[in-house]
Parts: sequence; C-alpha cells; structure tokens
Amino acid sequence: MVIDCKHVWNHISGYLDETLSEETRTVVQKHLEHCEICSAILDSTRNIIILTADDRIFELPAGFSERLHARIDLELGDH
Amino acid sequence: MLATNRVLGAESFARGAWTVGTSESFITVTTSETPSRSEAEMISAILAGDTQLYHELVRPYERGVYLMALSYMKDKDEAEDVAQEAFVRALRNLASFRAESKFSTWLISIALNEARGRLRRKSIVRMDSLDATPEEDGAVSPALLRDWREIPSEAVERGEIRLLLQEAIASLPDNYRQVFLLRDVEEMNTKEAAEALNISIDSVKVRLHRARMMLQKQLAPQLKAVTRTPQRRWLPWS
Repeated sequence: MVIDCKHVWNHISGYLDETLSEETRTVVQKHLEHCEICSAILDSTRNIIILTADDRIFELPAGFSERLHARIDLELGDH
Repeated sequence: MLATNRVLGAESFARGAWTVGTSESFITVTTSETPSRSEAEMISAILAGDTQLYHELVRPYERGVYLMALSYMKDKDEAEDVAQEAFVRALRNLASFRAESKFSTWLISIALNEARGRLRRKSIVRMDSLDATPEEDGAVSPALLRDWREIPSEAVERGEIRLLLQEAIASLPDNYRQVFLLRDVEEMNTKEAAEALNISIDSVKVRLHRARMMLQKQLAPQLKAVTRTPQRRWLPWS
C-alpha cells in the first residue's frame, strides 16, 4: 500500500511514540525513505519535542519553592 | 535525557507494581521508574506520622503542578495560589489516595479541579469553552521543509530560542496545551495524562498530535531562521 504525504502527516505523532500498528508503521517508513519533505517534518517535530522538554524552557518563579514549603509547614503545624 | 529517550524510543514503560499496607487501607502503586518505590514508602511513612516527609514527596512535582495551574489561570500569582492550594489539599487528603494511578497524576488532577473551581467562581471563562474539544476532526498541516538541521539542546540557553518555544506553547488552544504540557513537558504517559485531565486516551492522542503539528508549523520556520542566521554581534548577556 502506498500513501500520500497528507496521510503520513496524520501519523507523525504515532510514529514518534511508536504507537502505530506494524502495518501502518511499515507504510509510513517506506514513504519516509523517499520523501524528503515528510522526513524533514518528522525530524523537525522530533527536534521540537526534545527542545520543549528541556527543563530550562519553563522555570518556576523565583521563591516559589520557599513559599510553597512555608505554606506546607503552616499546614503541618496545624495538625 | 529522558525526553529524548521517550521520543526517540517508545512508550515501552517497564512497569512495576507493589502494595503498601497502611493502618486503614492498602495502596497499590504502579510506577514506571525506581524513584516511585521510595515515593510509595514516603506516602506510607507520612500517613504513619512522619509528616515532614511530605516536603520531599512533592518536590519533584512543583513545576508540573505550577505549569498546569498557569495553563488554566494565565496569571503567575493566581497559578502559584492554585498550586499551593493543590499541594495543601493533597496533604489533607493523602489518606484517601488510592493509587491505581501515580501520585503525580492524582496531584495534577487536584490542581486542575482547584483551577477550574476558581475560574468558575470568578466566571472568567465558561467552563464548556475551557474544556471543549475544538476541531477534533480538523487536520493540522505542518510547515513544509526540504531538510532539517537538528537544533541541539544547548540552543535553549539562548534567550530568543527559549522565548520562541514558550510563546509557541502559550499560543496553543487550552486543551491542546494541557495535553502537550503533561505528555511532552512533564513526560507523563498517555494513560496518566488521560487520568489527570479526565479525558479519554484517544482524546489525549488526538490533541497531542494536533499540538505537536501546530508547534512544528509555527516553530520549524522560526527556529530554522533564527539558528541559521549568523549573529552580527555576540552579546555576552544574550
């Protein structure tokens, strides 16, 4: 079975998470082998996911932990 | 890096499960990694009276709870209030924790309930719009590129790259962003994210896919441009 680019796009996320059926994965894989556009979409999506998972992207506000644990101490003190 | 392994590898989580007895109940803890063993033990110890351990128990989840609260409240101070309240509520209700799911999932769902309750009381948004499922059947087209030169994680140290990523995530529709934050930023698996958000596993998959495609569409051209343009000057503080 051969599928076009638009169908491959629907499977990018499943492909990255390895949740596709074996049959679909094989079809997508074959398409990726000869389609540089879909390969670039896959690579860029994977790259973006890795970058957004970096701890430095979202940091807690300054003093957040101190205030939280002080609040927890207050609560623990009530019991 | 865990995220790298998960994205490049599989959702093949080697799972372990064990049961912790307490005076009142049995808590079964299912987990994907070793630190949770001590987590189950900590919960047991806290319930038995060693309450100071609660500080240690929640430390790994501070950022995740805050981010999810921020995702709903869209205000840093309010998000911090919600997060604090969630941690305190979790402490008060720790004895009722029946962990078919992970402690983190339970904690996030407490935070989301708190956030929803506040928004409802303030009537800032109608809850049906917040929890709605927009265009579940609409496809998202990615940005078309001919090649992609990998951007290394070190690039995140650059403020402009960090800002691009933050803004792109912030611009996602609420319910896509929540799934994305749990799955790809906080690295929950599909089932845990579904439980935390109280939505189906299929919804998690669809929303995550859409979120990723939206981010690719927005970010790929931006990142490509930013990382390939030689900087004219090097500023030590940039």
